[in-house]
Amino acid sequence: MMAAKSSTLVVAGSLAIGIGLMGMGAVAEEIRVGFIAPITGPFAQAGKDMVNGWEMYTDEVKNDFAGATIKFILEDDQAKPPVGVLKAEKLIRQDKVHLIMGGVLASTGYALAPVSTREKTLYIAPVAAADDLTQREADKYPYFVRTGWTSSQPTHPFGEWACEQGYKRIVAIAADYAFGYETVGGFQRTFEECGGKIIQKIWPPLGTIDFGPFIPSIKQDADAIFTLMVGPMSLQFPKQLAAAGNTKPVIGGGTSYDEFTLPSMGDEVIGHVSVLQYSAALDTPKNAAFVTKYREKYGKVPSYFSETTYTTGQMIHAVMQQTGGKWPGTEEFVKLISAVKVDAVRGPVSLDDKRNPVQNIYVKRVEKKKMFGYDKEELWNTVIKTYPNVSQFWKFGKAEFLKQPVYSRDFPPCKFCE
Amino acid sequence: MTSRTRAVAVAGVLLGLALIAPFTNSFVILLITRALILAILAMSLDILLGFTGLPSLGQAAYLGIGAYLTAILATKFDFGLGWSFWAVLLLGMLLAAATAAFFGLFAVRASGVYFLMITLALGQCVWGLAYRWNSMTGGDNGINLPRRPAFAIQLASDVAYFYVVFGLFAASLLALYVLVKSPFGRSLEGIREREVRMRTLGYNTWLHKYLAFIIAGGFGGLAGVLWAHANGHVSPEDVVLTTSVDALLMVVLGGPGTLVGGAIGAAVVLFLREYLSTLVPWWQYVLGAVYILTILYLPDGLMGIAARGRRSDIVLGRPEGAKDPAVS
Repeated sequence: MMAAKSSTLVVAGSLAIGIGLMGMGAVAEEIRVGFIAPITGPFAQAGKDMVNGWEMYTDEVKNDFAGATIKFILEDDQAKPPVGVLKAEKLIRQDKVHLIMGGVLASTGYALAPVSTREKTLYIAPVAAADDLTQREADKYPYFVRTGWTSSQPTHPFGEWACEQGYKRIVAIAADYAFGYETVGGFQRTFEECGGKIIQKIWPPLGTIDFGPFIPSIKQDADAIFTLMVGPMSLQFPKQLAAAGNTKPVIGGGTSYDEFTLPSMGDEVIGHVSVLQYSAALDTPKNAAFVTKYREKYGKVPSYFSETTYTTGQMIHAVMQQTGGKWPGTEEFVKLISAVKVDAVRGPVSLDDKRNPVQNIYVKRVEKKKMFGYDKEELWNTVIKTYPNVSQFWKFGKAEFLKQPVYSRDFPPCKFCE
Repeated sequence: MTSRTRAVAVAGVLLGLALIAPFTNSFVILLITRALILAILAMSLDILLGFTGLPSLGQAAYLGIGAYLTAILATKFDFGLGWSFWAVLLLGMLLAAATAAFFGLFAVRASGVYFLMITLALGQCVWGLAYRWNSMTGGDNGINLPRRPAFAIQLASDVAYFYVVFGLFAASLLALYVLVKSPFGRSLEGIREREVRMRTLGYNTWLHKYLAFIIAGGFGGLAGVLWAHANGHVSPEDVVLTTSVDALLMVVLGGPGTLVGGAIGAAVVLFLREYLSTLVPWWQYVLGAVYILTILYLPDGLMGIAARGRRSDIVLGRPEGAKDPAVS
């Protein structure tokens, strides 16, 4: 099941030959990129989306990164951290890659970051969102760069948004692991600071598909339900919630409704609101072109998994442009990419000094409509509010933010739980 | 093959490995180190499966206990990163053995498929603990170890670590070999062949099985301590059912009841999975085919090949020790 294809793109080959024939002094440098993504197992689809986004960028620039060519080496980690560690070691030691990239789960990010420190190799995380990798533990991982997001980054503004809607009492139901805690934690903190109350927290285990025991326990006097689901959970929860006759507004973290699951969802999710740094329905010419092209190529709507690796390609390209196609060395690369500002599909992206993106956060409502010239009505995440240039520290300021512990099952404490 | 020539052959192979390993590439030596650690796990399981006839599906639990103990001591108490590494090795074995002693109270009463189910359930309990006890185990995120131990030698060097693992593997092999050749080991084989007869002969078969279960657990714990430092990371994913199943497959593939078979099985499975997988995308078919062909044509595992080649030598069926566990 493991796909270890080390595919030098044809274009790269011919380019190298071409330069060779010209007999010029400068030979195109080959940058070896070790890409770790789940190609098998329950997260395989997310991994596929990641690979697609990356491939689309390299194809678009004809694998010419300011003169350098990229050799793409894919390894399957099956979304299991120990497998990821060994694959990373293989990529670094055997393939001598310049950088590793990938990992879907927060736990994979936590497992791979020390490898990058130990092996002094750059690790770029386009998806893995564990907060502390670019917060309290960032100094331990000097070769770690994130081009995606932290789990709590979108939900900080979302808490304020919920207050604006007039919600006072909210029940949170979220997957029982670090990503769930951090997403809910960010929401709870800002929501309670503007006067809201989280009155109940429910933690179904990761991978739950029968929410029968959980849905009836949701407090009936809540104004809204906040959900954070991942993978197959995202599909089942709204279905079962609707079947139970729910009439409360449902809001949630980005993965509950991202485009990776949205096409398989039913009409019961129409009107649900979620928050993320990307929406395929983002109404910008750049995104329209991206979605159209992606759909032509892969036959589906891109998810944030695809967008983030595409943008990563763009950021690496920007660095290579500064170095004239030469690999600058790991430390220098980290410095250069930290200063890069790109106009990405998701909007403007730059990195803060802990190497996490500062980016727009979009509040999105699921709507059924036609978009980008497709004839069928589909579910889209229509952007209803944009918070521009949101940092992982929100409005708290870095120093103050880092004083508090990382969001967990018990932090912030559930003061208003009844 | 007489047991003396076999011992010489094993020693020769091990010596060769010790000489060659440092000159392989820096990734291959990681694989060899991991293979040796899994070989310890597989051999520990072989005591149960091959010698006592108890198919356990929970051996990963002891690996997990050793690994988590190592990680927790290192991160929370800064213990085990110097000479105290050896103390951790001992503690890991003891704690895993103690856990096995506790689990054994439930498991050893059963046999056959019931034993399988109980060990599976107990193994899942350990996984559940690793996954849910957030404050201690880091839950889903697992624990990153700060570094490998350093005393007179720096284990951060992969070659140094390989030799430590190699030495412990050789010691385990020797210890387990002495064990299975001892009267105690013989009585385990007797229990595997016919427990009722052993009982009528006056053996306390429950106690024998219970002790075997504890010893297997202890060596599983040893593998766990080494595993934690090999990866530099401990995750609930290490303790999942798949790890137990893998261990079982390694023993069956190599040849149950041979000790060395488990080690061979571990090496074959690990290299097919981790090395072939980096070369071709269809490696799983190879692994599957190897399993099926082994079951069909080599019921005694890869170690059975040697026996097959010498059919004429065999008067009383199979060579000693290489018995089919299904008979139990």
